[in-house]
Amino acid sequence: MLVFEGVFAGYGGSDVLRGVDLVVEKGSLTCVVGPNGAGKSTLMKLVSGLLHPRVGKLEFQGNSIARAAPRQILKQGIVQVMQARNLFPELTVRENVELGAFLISDDALVKRRYAEVCEMFPIVGERAKDRAGALSGGQQRMVEFARALMLDPLLVSLDEPSMGLEPRAAKIIYDSIVKMHENGRTVLLVEQNVRAGLERATRGIVMEAGRVRLEGTGAEVLANPQMRALYLGGTIEEGAVSSSAAARSGSATYQN
Amino acid sequence: MAVAEAAPELLSPAEIDRAFRDPFSPSKRTKATSWIVLLAVLTAFPLVFTNPAVTSIGVFTMFFLLAVVGWNIFSGYSGYISIGHAVYYGFGQYTVALLIMHLGITSGVSELAIVPLAGLAGAAVAVPVGLLVLRVRRHTFIVLTIAVMFIFQLLAFNFPSITGGSTGLNVTPPPWSGNDYNLPFYYIALGTAAIGLLTSWAVRRSKFGLGLLAIRDDEDRAKGLGIKVTRAKLIALVLSAFFVGIAGGLYAIFIGQVFPQFAFTPFYDLYLAVFAFVGGLGTLSGPVFGALLLGPLQQYFELQFGATTLYLIIYGVLFVVILLALPRGIVPSLADRYRTFLASRWRRAEERRGVEGSGVTAGSMIASAPGAAPAERGGS
Repeated sequence: MLVFEGVFAGYGGSDVLRGVDLVVEKGSLTCVVGPNGAGKSTLMKLVSGLLHPRVGKLEFQGNSIARAAPRQILKQGIVQVMQARNLFPELTVRENVELGAFLISDDALVKRRYAEVCEMFPIVGERAKDRAGALSGGQQRMVEFARALMLDPLLVSLDEPSMGLEPRAAKIIYDSIVKMHENGRTVLLVEQNVRAGLERATRGIVMEAGRVRLEGTGAEVLANPQMRALYLGGTIEEGAVSSSAAARSGSATYQN
Repeated sequence: MAVAEAAPELLSPAEIDRAFRDPFSPSKRTKATSWIVLLAVLTAFPLVFTNPAVTSIGVFTMFFLLAVVGWNIFSGYSGYISIGHAVYYGFGQYTVALLIMHLGITSGVSELAIVPLAGLAGAAVAVPVGLLVLRVRRHTFIVLTIAVMFIFQLLAFNFPSITGGSTGLNVTPPPWSGNDYNLPFYYIALGTAAIGLLTSWAVRRSKFGLGLLAIRDDEDRAKGLGIKVTRAKLIALVLSAFFVGIAGGLYAIFIGQVFPQFAFTPFYDLYLAVFAFVGGLGTLSGPVFGALLLGPLQQYFELQFGATTLYLIIYGVLFVVILLALPRGIVPSLADRYRTFLASRWRRAEERRGVEGSGVTAGSMIASAPGAAPAERGGS
């Protein structure tokens, strides 16, 4: 559904992503993890159109989105919930959610979608008239999710949705991500919390130093011994690792 | 946290609803009634107080009311504080003066009939000006609007063949006398202000208005949601300039003279901004309150102390005091305080009653506020 092929991208001349190849399959919950500086956030910027690849192919459903503006990407059906807080704090919860459907001119459809997201995220209906800035961090995340679903996107990309949340609130956020996925949406998730992210993912991808180093099902990647090496310091050694990774964790493959 | 410490009495769903929604939310009917009463009072005012000195203060106040309602459609909703709306005000003045002069209009009715053209002229000039100044944001925007305003003042000074330069233009005043002279201006300005207010209301309720409010909160986020921000801002500016242009056109005929330094004047926008800030920036009723409270005060100061500009200092002090005491303006701040008061009174009443209901308590609602319940219920 979403394909990266040999993507190089970065800021001001230096590349953060150095040849990323990865595929987000339709209907998957793909979780990208990796240490700081691996290029996860840069990857997300490419998906939302805030940054364009320097070289390489970036396709969504067969169409290139390498040079698409954020608005065009929205129209193609990719909605992103960005890192940190993204609501309009002075507007009400309802207004915030309705802004998610700004591109839809059919008011009846907006109303219907609003009713749908209220059902999925009851907090939206309960606090509809409150200023969004008055909600707690976890509640604001839910409202952001609700806003993202207003366009009925094909792909939802989430940039570290649990960041800054206490464990209980984070769990609720993970649960609603799973729910979004179960409702038939393709989800691309970038997470710092490796275990929480990969446990729920159908597909796990490990990035390091601007490249994809490991991929497999969420559980496979989680079980891979190289993960420990990566997170306790050190890198995944090329060559040597690929055989051991494949041997120890079944189908988890190492990409060169 | 007073709520969390309250005795855990049980509340019915309707009561929870009341507690967590706005406890003070005037019904549509109350709001509509208030507006109608206000309109009736303003309509009756010059008929009750017939002294021309009083009604002329009324006329200036209506001019301000009209302009500040217009100003608010752009600056209030989009958050772009314009100190250059005198461009549209001045353009309205010169448009009317030049048309009256060159078309040889003498009857008061025909003079007033061309006032809408002043609005259109203001709106038309707002397009190029907007395309220029809307390229920047925040403080830079404010400075740029002032700069553009002074450019227009300089142009008016330096093209005497068109504008009369520093000698200005004379507009033949309508041949009416005494109090009759003031009334048409008063009512036309009031009527146009009412139209402006309806426009403002329609904008606030529309998707376009929601887009403007989003821009005010965070323009980049708004852009990320697919809002065409430049177009939205420009449309709001043009709407806004239309009403300010009409205020200029009416003013030119009322005063009978147009000078560059009074048409394109920085004071004008300071007044508009202060009125809107004091009343409540970006609200529907705020600018109305601001203009009705401070408009007459401004006229009084100018009449009493107009020989020097010392009154501007008093004005400045007043502005600072209001900003310190009610930083969001009178209307939003007082509404908030009233809400808090009603909510606490309601809570005390609830504590005394100790109602039995659905099993949800005020305490538990607060405790679970970070959203424990919603996700679980969402699955059903």
